Amino acid sequence: MIEVKDLSKRFGEVQVLTDISAQFYKGKVNQIIGKSGSGKSVLAKCIVGLHKPEKGQVLYEGHSFHEMTRDEQREIRQRIGMLFQGSALFDSLTVLQNVMFPLQMFAQLSKSEIEERAHVCLKRVNILDKDGLYPAELSGGMQKRVGIARAIAMTPEYLFVDEPNSGLDPQTSILIDDLIKELTEEFNTTTIVITHDMNSVMETGENIIFIHKGRKWWQGDRDQILNSDNKELNEFIFAGGLMRMVKRNMDREAGRP
Amino acid sequence: MTIFYHIGRYFLLLKETFSRPERLGLYWKRTLEEMDLLGVKSLGIVALLSFFMGAVVTIQTKTNIDSPLIQAYIVGFAARQSTILEFSPTIISLILAGKVGSNIAAEIGSMRVKEQIDALDIMGVNSAGYLILPKIIASMLMNPFLVMISMFLSIFGGYVAGIATGIVSGVDYIQGIQTGFVPYHVTYALIKTVVFAFIIASVSAYQGYYTRGGTREVGISSTRAVVHSNVVILIANYALTQMLLI
Repeated sequence: MIEVKDLSKRFGEVQVLTDISAQFYKGKVNQIIGKSGSGKSVLAKCIVGLHKPEKGQVLYEGHSFHEMTRDEQREIRQRIGMLFQGSALFDSLTVLQNVMFPLQMFAQLSKSEIEERAHVCLKRVNILDKDGLYPAELSGGMQKRVGIARAIAMTPEYLFVDEPNSGLDPQTSILIDDLIKELTEEFNTTTIVITHDMNSVMETGENIIFIHKGRKWWQGDRDQILNSDNKELNEFIFAGGLMRMVKRNMDREAGRP
Repeated sequence: MTIFYHIGRYFLLLKETFSRPERLGLYWKRTLEEMDLLGVKSLGIVALLSFFMGAVVTIQTKTNIDSPLIQAYIVGFAARQSTILEFSPTIISLILAGKVGSNIAAEIGSMRVKEQIDALDIMGVNSAGYLILPKIIASMLMNPFLVMISMFLSIFGGYVAGIATGIVSGVDYIQGIQTGFVPYHVTYALIKTVVFAFIIASVSAYQGYYTRGGTREVGISSTRAVVHSNVVILIANYALTQMLLI
């Protein structure tokens, strides 16, 4: 489990996050949602240690990340897998080499075992046949798959996924969402997904944290989210045409004007 | 005050760069790749520049000291001295700052804006060490070879130009390049080259590593890498010359 306590972060004069407290559970797809610029990506970067908060704590299994020594932080990071919004694959390496990279760095395995493990990961995300290609030769969806394969190569305990559906068509988005959900169950990871895609929220959100203007505005699951009376959350979730239609149907069924 | 901020951050980055590598084998493999990219692939431009600069120096020396009181071999002597003391170590380093420095800043800067450096950090890899250390080592190993090749080609270019234009005979030119030769001057040139190589790789990597924004900022970092490397090389050149020659 990952826990965030009273976390605040500012960049110069701009207060980006204020007193955020939240829990992210093991074996669940935890989601941080919010509008663009609400601070959700900054929160995720504070959790993985890319940003140091001015105030508050990030606890991995009860241990404060920012109070750890550098070696202890590196040890925690080796248990983290992360899929970036733009996949962040290394351009000069092939698909196979990208997935092998963390294993070559940290795993005490022979070359053939590393290659075998990388093949298993690529097979798991259904992209084994592209192992010799370079990232530039792949579509956005394929790049995400390779990113996921690289993230799970070290069998992570914590999986971070930043905007997994950005730039993807709805069908590919569903496949990626399903994959994230399956991997969370398979590896029993504490998965944190940063998204503003309501389809993704409704598909996979088991523990949802809504960030608005740098503060935690709401926390719940996907069954609770549609019935919330939180004004800002409703504005966010019912902003899209499809969700507005859902809202109209819900209102009609409840006899609301 | 900004300059002190950058100097401090530069040294902190160096500290990070020289901290313990995770896997020596991988670092060595990357160093070999960088030696090819930064060193071997610079050979063409270095050779071309050196040959023609040597030729031009020879012709200009002759036309400027065309006096019956000055012996003919002086042309070879002047070409050798200017090549070994200044042209090959300093001018070639300035040229390499343009070619290699911009390459380093653009590569690392692109990795930064595409979140690839964040990806390394999150994996627990020392991103500064993994990306920058092989480039520094590769530059420090390869640039002395480039400069030695430059010295030879520049002096040879002067010889060819002298013969081709008839301004100096081959015998006089060779006598000139042998006259008053001080082997320490080659050592001095190579010491300068190694220091300049460190400056080029580290200053350019610093610019790339702290790039923020998008492709426009990568371009700005590249330009800064060249300008800042050149300025630091010129200052270091003065300091080293004073320390090593006086």
